[in-house]
Amino acid sequence: MIKTVKKNPLENEAIYILREVAAQFEKPVILFSGGKDSITLVRLAQKAFYPAKIPFPLLHVDTGHNFPETIQFRDELVEELGLELFVHKVQDNIDSGRVKEESGKYASRNMLQIETLLDAIEAHGFDACIGGARRDEEKARAKERIFSVRDDFGQWDEKNQRPEVFDMLNGRIEFGQNVRVFPISNWTELDVWNYIQQENIKIPSIYFAHKRSVFERDGLIWPAHDEFVYRESDELVVEKIVRFRTVGDMSCTAAVESLAFDIDGVVGEIRDSSISERGARIDDKRAEAAMEKRKQQGYF
Amino acid sequence: MEVLKIATAGSVDDGKSTLIGRLLYDTKSLTADKLESIRESSRRKGYDYLDFSLATDGLVAEREQGITIDVAHIYFSTPNRSYIIADTPGHIEYTRNMVTGASTSQASIILVDARNGVIEQTKRHFFINNLLRVKDIIVAVNKMDLVDYDQQRFEGIREEFKALIDKGSYKNQNITFVPISALKGDNLVNPSENMEWYNGETLLEHLEKINIEDVFDDGKARFQVQTVIRPKKEGYHDYRGYAGKLKGNSLAVGDQVRILPSNTLSRISSIQFFDQEYEVAERGSSITITLEDDVNVSRGDMIVKADELPDSDKLLTATVCWMDQQPLSLSGKYELQHGVHSVSSKIKKITHKIATDFSGREEQTEFLNMNDIGLVEIAVNKAVHRDSFSNNKENGAFILIDSQTNTTAGVGFFE
Repeated sequence: MIKTVKKNPLENEAIYILREVAAQFEKPVILFSGGKDSITLVRLAQKAFYPAKIPFPLLHVDTGHNFPETIQFRDELVEELGLELFVHKVQDNIDSGRVKEESGKYASRNMLQIETLLDAIEAHGFDACIGGARRDEEKARAKERIFSVRDDFGQWDEKNQRPEVFDMLNGRIEFGQNVRVFPISNWTELDVWNYIQQENIKIPSIYFAHKRSVFERDGLIWPAHDEFVYRESDELVVEKIVRFRTVGDMSCTAAVESLAFDIDGVVGEIRDSSISERGARIDDKRAEAAMEKRKQQGYF
Repeated sequence: MEVLKIATAGSVDDGKSTLIGRLLYDTKSLTADKLESIRESSRRKGYDYLDFSLATDGLVAEREQGITIDVAHIYFSTPNRSYIIADTPGHIEYTRNMVTGASTSQASIILVDARNGVIEQTKRHFFINNLLRVKDIIVAVNKMDLVDYDQQRFEGIREEFKALIDKGSYKNQNITFVPISALKGDNLVNPSENMEWYNGETLLEHLEKINIEDVFDDGKARFQVQTVIRPKKEGYHDYRGYAGKLKGNSLAVGDQVRILPSNTLSRISSIQFFDQEYEVAERGSSITITLEDDVNVSRGDMIVKADELPDSDKLLTATVCWMDQQPLSLSGKYELQHGVHSVSSKIKKITHKIATDFSGREEQTEFLNMNDIGLVEIAVNKAVHRDSFSNNKENGAFILIDSQTNTTAGVGFFE
């Protein structure tokens, strides 16, 4: 039997994009949230440059409302791969008064991340930020380029994007501009989970079914964590077997009831699911154009 | 899993977005929450039916005006394969986006309104798909419900369209005609009960059978180096891996190769993907190769089989489709990017503008405006190792980048 390189078109495309980033930019960085998409990015970067080390540091924009499991996972991964990690905290901007914390029932730090991200980009002079966003997640993201140019203010000009033809990527920018790069643009949620299964990639435990204190609001299951997540006195805390489909800020990430205790269970569940992954993202429920508005302001 | 990339093209109001929404709905790819938001928006707009275009028009301006401005990518899958649809705008001023969508697609769906038949836009869309050598074309004759599912009407449109096929330059396209109603769901996923005279496949049945691997051009292996991998660690001091995506055809360990532009000969000593070694890599693989000899190779260099050299001169003839507000002119300064290799270029001559209606009309001009297609001569400062687009699609295209604005201003196809 002749040993032929196995063909996975999505993986080949992502590796090609990551290699273009390394070649076209001076100071790229991987935006790392500790979620499955950014973990997948790290694995792809490992493959793209093997046997050399991943040539990008990681940047974590920390809302402070983290699941402890995710932070522990992040630190172990960084240690294992010998990567450099920058952590920029939303809390610092709140303390200095640059941004104002939201209050009330739906308070979240999701929007506040934008300032912190833009500050970090400026402070380090990053010219390319590699993110794990996918076009299937949300309708404004479906319009996103693979190399998405942002102006000095980090803003997205959605009506005037550079054409991307064939596989040719044009990362030329002026000083002060930066490019957001999305190597797994064309992957779906199921593609990511299949890949994690097939590659045996480690992910934080909150993606698997576990017992957790939660409460219900608007038909969604919220983590009961009074320090971060506002709860009305009549919203009763119960214990349920749940898992998370996305890992975001705790105040805007809802759980789903699940008995998927391992990766095979998760893949099976996603395949049969009738709710999209962002259906459990409270930040997208705010308005029909919530994502487009955030992106225009500099969100990734 | 296999992935089939499809572009959709059609005029405004041909029902493209409805078709895609319907495909998603009928393949049960629309999740309950997305469906709920479509239901809610349709109700708010006062429609008494589900407006599936709301599933794809992602920008506020698009929803306000009820049109598609920019390419959206839509994903769905069947147990058989995954699909990526590039939904491209129908307005003439957004033709550049249509080229963009078609450039990454293996198949195209061209929508024709059964009431209007083949119109100017249809010709233009087919022309672009012909120019870009998209292998499979499905002409979906839509809104059959509005012409009483009339077989004669469908046959008439098919005849009209066939007249265009005869005039196209790329003869090897598979072209299929399907009568549909996107709104009512006829012949999209499920066979229509209203058109018993039609015995062919439904749109989805046809998509499921398109051969993804099938390429008509007899491409030669072309390996452009993206980056040189030199690990700074114990045991790898002499390691030099050339990372890139293999195009055109396969390469194997032991192949005698030539490195361009230095023209040096060597042999492939290993083919690697991550931590494994392989004997053969096929086109499309993002691999790392090492060579037997210690030769000088850098980004943009091309590795080819020793007896399969590409064209390498510095004066190029190409068909260019212009995509920028600022017209292409003889005084413009452009960088030419061929794959991952960039050179400086100068437009020597705009031979003529090409009509996109298959009339064969050639118009003398000094500029190419946005959405124009023309034949040009370009001089470059360093050789570009290329094939004609018709012989090797993957090594025959390039982009022109405006040196002032950095924007991708045009796309070209080598003659």
